[in-house]
Amino acid sequence: MHPAFSIIVFTTLSGLGYGLAAVLGLGILDPAAMATKLAHLAALVLIGVGLLSSTLHLGNPQRAWRALSQWRSSWLSREGVMALLTFLPLLWSAWFAVVEGRHAPVAGLLGAAGAAVTIYCTGMIYASLKSVQTWHTPLTPLCFILFALSGGLTLASLAGAAGGGDALWPALGAIAATIAAWIAKTAWRRRMLSLRPLSTPETATGLGSIGKVRLFERPHMNENYLTREMGFVIARKHAAKLARISFLAGGALPVLLLLVAAALSAVPVTAAVVIACAALLHYAGMFVERWLFFAEARHAVMNYYEG
Amino acid sequence: MTSLPTERSAKKLGLVIDLDVCVGCHACVVSCKEWNTGGYGAALSDQDPYGPNVSGTFLNRIHSFEVVPEGGEVIGEAGEARIVHFPKSCLHCDDAPCVTVCPTGASYKRGEDGIVLVDEDKCIGCGLCAWACPYGAREMDLAAGVMKKCTLCVDRIYNETLQEVDRVPSCVRTCPANARHYGDLADPSSAVSIMVAERGGIDLMPEQGTRPVNKYLPPRPRKPLAASAGALLAENTTGASGFFAWLDGMLDRI
Ligand code: SF4
Ligand code: SF4
Ligand code: SF4
Repeated sequence: MHPAFSIIVFTTLSGLGYGLAAVLGLGILDPAAMATKLAHLAALVLIGVGLLSSTLHLGNPQRAWRALSQWRSSWLSREGVMALLTFLPLLWSAWFAVVEGRHAPVAGLLGAAGAAVTIYCTGMIYASLKSVQTWHTPLTPLCFILFALSGGLTLASLAGAAGGGDALWPALGAIAATIAAWIAKTAWRRRMLSLRPLSTPETATGLGSIGKVRLFERPHMNENYLTREMGFVIARKHAAKLARISFLAGGALPVLLLLVAAALSAVPVTAAVVIACAALLHYAGMFVERWLFFAEARHAVMNYYEG
Repeated sequence: MTSLPTERSAKKLGLVIDLDVCVGCHACVVSCKEWNTGGYGAALSDQDPYGPNVSGTFLNRIHSFEVVPEGGEVIGEAGEARIVHFPKSCLHCDDAPCVTVCPTGASYKRGEDGIVLVDEDKCIGCGLCAWACPYGAREMDLAAGVMKKCTLCVDRIYNETLQEVDRVPSCVRTCPANARHYGDLADPSSAVSIMVAERGGIDLMPEQGTRPVNKYLPPRPRKPLAASAGALLAENTTGASGFFAWLDGMLDRI
């Protein structure tokens, strides 16, 4: 599948924003600290920029409101509805933190729950597509949720350390979430690499009863919408390398840095700098991970194109 | 409404495509584009139409495949491999995944005849339905920013201003080889249903669980050309008799 920049930015930024918002909603940071107030605003900005970016790939964004109507059947619609609903408790929490300097437990918990459900819906948009076998597994939303949590906890420990408070617990939480996320992701990738294709050129054409089917002539000489959108192919060796890069940047290095920060938690300023590096690496890792999520996925229609 | 219709009539309109007969002329591709660019919804645009990177929106496309039987040979005309031309348009699936993923309700399946359509005034051009369709039957129109797909020529088949012979899909009417047939596949006595029963019509990718309405008639069995070739076409001439033995001798001498 074509790795569209706007969708990668959307899923990574909103994931990070919802993860941070959920952690803030649990109230583990000092609500009076300036860094916590900034974290609340950062979460809203990340979510907002992510959602705006998601409208960039629409053919008719002016009617995007219509996407709120089909929540009964469509995961994309559910995601839109949940994203809007979740804004209410998130704004409420942010108001309490920024203006009044205190934690709003009810709004916080509602916001955390809404964030989790929204990310689950994002994951299910992909997991519900039988035509893309790589995505069609409950591990897909699980990875989305765990990566969001690991990014959110990393940013929360940054806010904790920068606020001069105790970053030890959020940092340990971030380490645990990052490890859990990569366990899930490794299972996801193993599954992908061992998949037997559900559909083949033989089942796609129904000609398997005669023999082996090979494309003789394409229906069109140049690219078309289908081959541009679904015909993206990436060399296996590059994919393996990129997968290692995403694991290093999005998993191994941030965990090491967070361990260093946890050991340094008595010196919050140094810890904050170390965690900031971890957060930047984490985002870079997530970007590569999400790029591969699309680039490596093979769509059933490619059975008609030998791709 | 994006959910599949709960109240369905007994009708399932669709196409039956005969892979034994299609000659791969692409006439249906052209007639489909011609009819539908001026018919239902936005025009079917082309990008860079006279340039080197021309591409455009089509609702129907023809692929050509080579099929080689187990242990068969590919070599030239004498081999067992065969070319099958393969027209592909929307199959108007009973369990259409493209419909249920649509966030806006633009994609829908009609209860009265099973045709799957896009209400372009509601479509936001998110492209998710094209991802959900395993067959590649949907193409986004890049000029209009809305999703296009085969309408089963809904603006012809019920159109009383057309002569009765023309009240069939444009591709069906055009096909010079009569490889495309249109009718009610839920009615066992319809011509298309009889064809499907007699020729063993098949579903494409049944494993995707979409339950397509359109059916494909597999190519009839065929013996390799070499099996029916006369003595002169054979690789060696031992065993030739009569006129061919005489001709063989003459040709050897000169
Ligand atoms: S062929 Fe594709 S577009 Fe047509 S109904 Fe089936 S899933 Fe939908
Ligand atoms: S592209 Fe249009 S028809 Fe397709 S899912 Fe999106 S809104 Fe629905
Ligand atoms: S039925 Fe009409 S819209 Fe569908 S492929 Fe044939 S000509 Fe095109």
